[in-house]
Amino acid sequence: MQNKSHNPIAHLTPADIEQLGKELDAIRDRVVASRGERDAAYIRRVIATQRKLELGSRAVLLFSLFPPAWVVGTAGLAAAKILENMEIGHNVLHGQWDWMRDPKIHSTTWEWDSVSPADQWKHSHNELHHTYTNVIGKDNDLGYGIMRVDEDQRWHPMHLGQPLWNFVNACFFEYGIAAYDLELGRNLKKGRHRDPGFRARARAVGRKIRRQVLKDYVLHPLLSGPSFLSTLAATFTANLIRNLWTHSVIMCGHFPSGVETFAKTSIEGETRGEWYLRQMLGSANISGSRLLHVMTGNLSFQIEHHLFPDLPSNRYQEIAPEVRALFARYGLTYTTGSLPKQVASAWWKIIRLSLPNRRATPAVEQSPAPALTAG
Amino acid sequence: MTSTVTRLPRTAALRDRLLRLAGAVTTPLLPEDYLDLIDPLRSGAALRGRILAVTPQTRDAATLTLRPGRGWRGHTPGQYVRLGVDVDGVRQWRAYSVTSVPGRDQPITVTVKAIPDGVVSTHLVRRIRPGTVVQLDQAQGDFVLPRPVPRRILFVTAGSGITPVMAMLRAGAHRDADVVLVHSAPTAADVIFGAELRDLAAQGAFRLVERHTDAAGPLTADQLAALVPDHLDRRTWACGPLGLLDAVEAHWAAHDRADRLHTERFRPTVVAPGEGGEVTLTRTAVTLPADGATPILDASEAAGVLMPSGCRMGICYGCVLPLRQGAVRDLRTGAVTTAAPGDGVLIQTCVSAAAGACDIEH
Ligand SMILES: Cc1cc2nc3c(=O)[nH]c(=O)nc-3n(C[C@H](O)[C@H](O)[C@H](O)COP(=O)(O)OP(=O)(O)OC[C@H]3O[C@@H](n4cnc5c(N)ncnc54)[C@H](O)[C@@H]3O)c2cc1C
Ligand code: FES
Repeated sequence: MQNKSHNPIAHLTPADIEQLGKELDAIRDRVVASRGERDAAYIRRVIATQRKLELGSRAVLLFSLFPPAWVVGTAGLAAAKILENMEIGHNVLHGQWDWMRDPKIHSTTWEWDSVSPADQWKHSHNELHHTYTNVIGKDNDLGYGIMRVDEDQRWHPMHLGQPLWNFVNACFFEYGIAAYDLELGRNLKKGRHRDPGFRARARAVGRKIRRQVLKDYVLHPLLSGPSFLSTLAATFTANLIRNLWTHSVIMCGHFPSGVETFAKTSIEGETRGEWYLRQMLGSANISGSRLLHVMTGNLSFQIEHHLFPDLPSNRYQEIAPEVRALFARYGLTYTTGSLPKQVASAWWKIIRLSLPNRRATPAVEQSPAPALTAG
Repeated sequence: MTSTVTRLPRTAALRDRLLRLAGAVTTPLLPEDYLDLIDPLRSGAALRGRILAVTPQTRDAATLTLRPGRGWRGHTPGQYVRLGVDVDGVRQWRAYSVTSVPGRDQPITVTVKAIPDGVVSTHLVRRIRPGTVVQLDQAQGDFVLPRPVPRRILFVTAGSGITPVMAMLRAGAHRDADVVLVHSAPTAADVIFGAELRDLAAQGAFRLVERHTDAAGPLTADQLAALVPDHLDRRTWACGPLGLLDAVEAHWAAHDRADRLHTERFRPTVVAPGEGGEVTLTRTAVTLPADGATPILDASEAAGVLMPSGCRMGICYGCVLPLRQGAVRDLRTGAVTTAAPGDGVLIQTCVSAAAGACDIEH
C-alpha cells in the first residue's frame, strides 16, 4: 500500500488495521447519532455572518475612493469570500449538512462563489480526490497534474518551472481548480475537445466565469459610481487574497513532509480499515486558533476531514484529541504544525522536487508493503 | 387592445429584468438569500410562518397560532397545511388541519396532539417556542364541505380527528344545516376543544354525542347507527384512527352509501422494516423489485438504469436523489425515512434500501 522505502505501517497486522477501522467507525457513529440542533445552529450562524459580512463590505466599497473604506471593505470582502469558499461552500458541497434536509443548505442545491461549477467540483473533489487520496496516477490533487510533488513521480524538465507555476496557480487558484475539474490539460492533449460531454462542461465553466466576472468586475464597480476603478481593484485584491489563502490551506493538507503517497496497485481490494489508514497517512493538520480553524473551513483538521469527509466541520475539532490518541496507540505519525511551518514545508517540497531526485532510486520501491497486501 | 393590456406585460418584463439584474449582483446566491435575513415572511419569499403562541389544549394537545407569510393564499375549512419543522436540526414535514376560520391577514391555528415518541407532534406540543419560524405549504385537501352546504350532516371524529371538523364548525357549518357530531376521546378531559364544543351544543348549534372510550370502549358502527338512526341519510365526514375509519367505511359501503361518506386519514399504512419493495424511478419510468438488503443504487443499475453515483460507500453524496413517496431504510443504521406524496426527501441511494414501495425522482 505504502509507497516509500521506509514503511510506517510495518508494525501493524491486518487484524490491527481492521480493529483500527472499527474504532474509527465507532467515532463516526457517535458523531452521527449526536448531530442536532447545536450543529444546525452553528452552520446557520456562519452562513448569516458571512452574508452580512459580504453585504457590509460591498456597501463600504461603494465609497472605496476613500482609502480607509478601501482597506476595510477589501479586508471584509476577502474574509467573506474565504468563509464562503471554505467553512461554507467546501463543507456544504461535501454533504456535511445534508442530514438537516434543508434544501437551502444542501450539497445538491448549493452553488459557490468560485468559477468552478459546484457539480463539477463535487465530482473531481468528493469522488476522485477523497476516494483516491494520495494515490499516484489516480488522485489529481497530487500536483494538479502540472507539478511533481512526490519522488515517485517521474521528473521532466518542465518541472524546473514548477515553483513559478505553483505561485501563478496560487494567485488564480479558482481558475486552476476549474481547469483541473475539467481535466483541461488531459482532455486537450488527448484531443477530446470535441467530446460533447467535455464541451458541455466547458460551456458550464464559461457561463460561471462570465457570471462571476460580471458581478465582481462590472456590476459592483458600476454601483460604486465614481469609485468604479478603486472598487474593481478592491474586488480583485479580495479575490487574490482568497485565492492565496485557500491555495495555502489546501497545500498544507497533503504536501508537507511526513505525508505519504501510495501506488495505484496498492489500493486494489482495499478494506475499510486500509482505506482509513491511507487517509490517516495521507493528510496533515494545521495547528492554531479557533479563528484559524474557521477560516480554513476546518481543513486545519484535514486528517479528521479525510477520515470522515461528510461529518459536520464543527465536529472535527471535537474529535481531534480522540483521533490523535488513536494514532499514538497504533504507533502512527499524526502530522501537524503551524500554518507558516506547513506552508514552508509544502513549498520546500515543490522547490526540491522541481529538480530530479538526488540519489537514483531503485524501481522496486513501488512494491506494496506486505502488511497490507496480506490483509 | 387597451392600454392596460399592453402595459401589464411591460411592467412584468421590467420586473423580470430587475430581478435578473439583482440576481447578477448577488450570484451565486439569489437576492432572496439576503432578503430572508431581513424578513422571512415577506411577499415573494418561500412560504413560511412565525409561531405567535402555543396554547395548551388538553394534557397532550396544544394549539399553535401562526402568522403565515405574505404569500399565504388562505384555506377552506377542513383543509390542512404541511409544516416543515426543524427537530434536532433536521427538517421534518407533517400535515396538520387548519383549525381557524379563514380571514384576510388573520393568523392561522393548527391543533396538534402529541403522540408518544412522535418526533414532530411532541416537539410542537412540548418544545417549540413563540417566535420560531417554520416552513409552510399552501393549504390543500378535499375534506371540505360542498357549496351549498348539505341540509343534514354527520361528523364522526375521534382524538385529534376533530381538527378539520372544528374548522368547519367555527366557520358556521351548523348555521345552514342540521348537524350531529359524534366524537370519541379517552375521557371527558381529553376532548380537544371540549369546552367550546359543549358550549356550542348547549346553545343548540348542533347535537353533540361524546364517547369516552376509557370507560365505554371504542365506538362500533352498530353503536353509531343506534346513536344516530338517520346516519345513512346524512352526508357524513369522518376523521380519526384507522380502526374507526375502516369500520365506518365498511358500514357505509355495506349499505351502499359509500358516496355519501368522506373520510380523512392522518397516517399512511405503515411498512414492516426489513422488507424490500418496488422502487419506481419516476422520470426514467422504471419500476423494479428490490429486496431490503440491496442498495437502491445497485438494484437500479442491475435493472439497466443509469444512476448518479460516486464513492458507493456513503461519503460523497454523488448518489443523492429525492424520495417522492414511500419508505427507504438506511442500511447503515436501520433508520427508516418516509415521504408522503408531495415530499422530496433527499436520500443516498448507495446506502438506502427499499422499505416498501417507493417513488424516487430520477
Ligand atoms: C391530512 C392530515 C391532517 C392531519 N392533521 C392533524 C391534526 O390536525 N392534528 C394532529 O395532531 N395530527 C394531524 N395529522 C397527523 C400528523 O401529520 C402527524 O402524523 C402526527 O403529528 C404524528 O407525527 P410525529 O412526527 O409526531 O410522529 P412520527 O414520529 O412520525 O411517528 C411516531 C410513531 O407514531 C405512529 N403514528 C404516526 N401518526 C400517528 C397517529 N396519527 N396516531 C397514532 N400513531 C401515529 C407512527 O407509526 C410511529 O410509530 C394529520 C395528518 C394528515 C395526513
Ligand atoms: S455514491 Fe457516494 S454517497 Fe452515494
